Amino acid sequence: MKRSRSLYMMSIPAVALITVFVFIPLVSGIRISLTDWNGFSQSWSYVGFKNYLNLFTDSRIVHAIKNTFYVGLGDTMLQNIFGLAYALLLNHSFRGRSVIRAIIYLPVMVSSLIMGYIWFFIVQYDNGALNDIIMLFGHDPVDWLGSGTRAVNFIMVITSMQFVGQAMVIYLAGLQGIPKEMYEAPMIDGAGTMQTFFRITLPMLRASILTNVILKLIGGLQMYDLVVALTNGGPGFSSHTISTMINYLYFDAQNAGYSAALGVFLFIIIMVSTITVNKIIGRDDK
Amino acid sequence: MRRHLTKYLRIAAAAAIAAFHFIPIYILLMVSFKKGSDFSSRWCPPSYLYLDNYIEVLKDGDLIKAFGNTVLITVCAAFLVLFLGAICAYPIARIRSRLSSLITNIVLAVMMIPSLSVIVPLYTNMLGLGAVNTYWGIILILATYNLPMSVFLFSNFIRNIPDELDEAAAIDGCRDFRIFFSVIMPQLQPVIASVLILTGIKIWNDYKYALYFLQDNDMETITLFISKFFSDFSVELNEAAAAAFLAILPVCLLFLFLQKYFITGLSEGSIK
Repeated sequence: MKRSRSLYMMSIPAVALITVFVFIPLVSGIRISLTDWNGFSQSWSYVGFKNYLNLFTDSRIVHAIKNTFYVGLGDTMLQNIFGLAYALLLNHSFRGRSVIRAIIYLPVMVSSLIMGYIWFFIVQYDNGALNDIIMLFGHDPVDWLGSGTRAVNFIMVITSMQFVGQAMVIYLAGLQGIPKEMYEAPMIDGAGTMQTFFRITLPMLRASILTNVILKLIGGLQMYDLVVALTNGGPGFSSHTISTMINYLYFDAQNAGYSAALGVFLFIIIMVSTITVNKIIGRDDK
Repeated sequence: MRRHLTKYLRIAAAAAIAAFHFIPIYILLMVSFKKGSDFSSRWCPPSYLYLDNYIEVLKDGDLIKAFGNTVLITVCAAFLVLFLGAICAYPIARIRSRLSSLITNIVLAVMMIPSLSVIVPLYTNMLGLGAVNTYWGIILILATYNLPMSVFLFSNFIRNIPDELDEAAAIDGCRDFRIFFSVIMPQLQPVIASVLILTGIKIWNDYKYALYFLQDNDMETITLFISKFFSDFSVELNEAAAAAFLAILPVCLLFLFLQKYFITGLSEGSIK
């Protein structure tokens, strides 16, 4: 059916909102990142790419960048491996399956900030649930968040444990989309379970893998809430991520230009990661 | 025999996994029902019935107020996400042109922009607009950043609605906008559920934007309320646990009742 161009009027409100609240800020963010603005004063001057160059010599930020990649890549791997394993297990029908699926998915509903506070009761030094178990085996209690490395590992595990249900559901949908006939031929050939998995199941799940890897990577590289809830970047600056550093530089260090530069850098990381993953796993649009 | 064994092993494994994932909420519940002076292991349920933590956090009304604010913000933002997303999706799903693909790309690009990467200029602009500490400010921000998902899902869905329906309405003399409201809108129910679920939960659980744009105590949302509760060292932890449990209860109940829609919504939204 032929349409008049006036139909596009309907797209205007959404595009206008996105322009005002996303694209204009993005452009002015790039401009601010080239200045020494402190966030509130009237006077500032352009400093060129100084803020960007400083990012890579500032040990706090280099460390935050490392943490961000560690959490982002780690949770992408954990959630995809476990999400797929859970999906394979729940793809068989048995009594109580939907209850189990619901329990695994339930934490996805919870705000990750609140999930972080909940975990405080588990990793707390005094009376924490994890130390109870450690002490049951005769060990001394551990200050779980006392070291940055350990804290970052916890953040990676907690976020994976919370959101693996989402990956699982996406993989389950993918598994259910594989036609049964696909498995018939190899069965006759006498292929083993492993062979069938790698030769049929995995390639057929390409779309689900792509969705899950991109979703988890974008989410993980933006890690913010859990850090705020559990360590607030500490001890020292050891468990900061890029997102929490942006917040710190803007509000606490009052260095808006520097903060904006880190923001632009985070945007570039996420864009490049998304495009790379898309290239590697490839789109399967028919 | 062997087949039965694998079946039971499978159920046992699945049950163990579910129990493992339930640990955080279980521990939270245990803490919230214990007295502050009770230092027994958090794994053990209390031997007494104690509801004071819940009564205490509900008493002064701040939690209720935070709930009210969150409901107001979520309902308004989710409505905008649904309505503006659906009307934006209609032309780009129906017209094949450069403009359509341009709009699609603009909208999809937003999904890659991390919220904190634009926070400095966004906050500055919002201050300039007088939108900090206003409901409309936070509602517009949350709606905007959740629009891409909505436009994406609606345009995929509308493409699968036969064009003949539009044509029939056009012959009856309907103009473009009327066609959308009288023919397309009623068909959208299943995808409306998906969009509401995927974006509604994000809006409800938002913390980053609320932290910046709602600094007025009277306007704080649940996540802000809970974060203040936990960072205040004078607060009794058991009460904080009760508050946290109350905060997550609505979304958990919603999920348990509407489970089917959540799961189909997510799988449909992701596979396309």
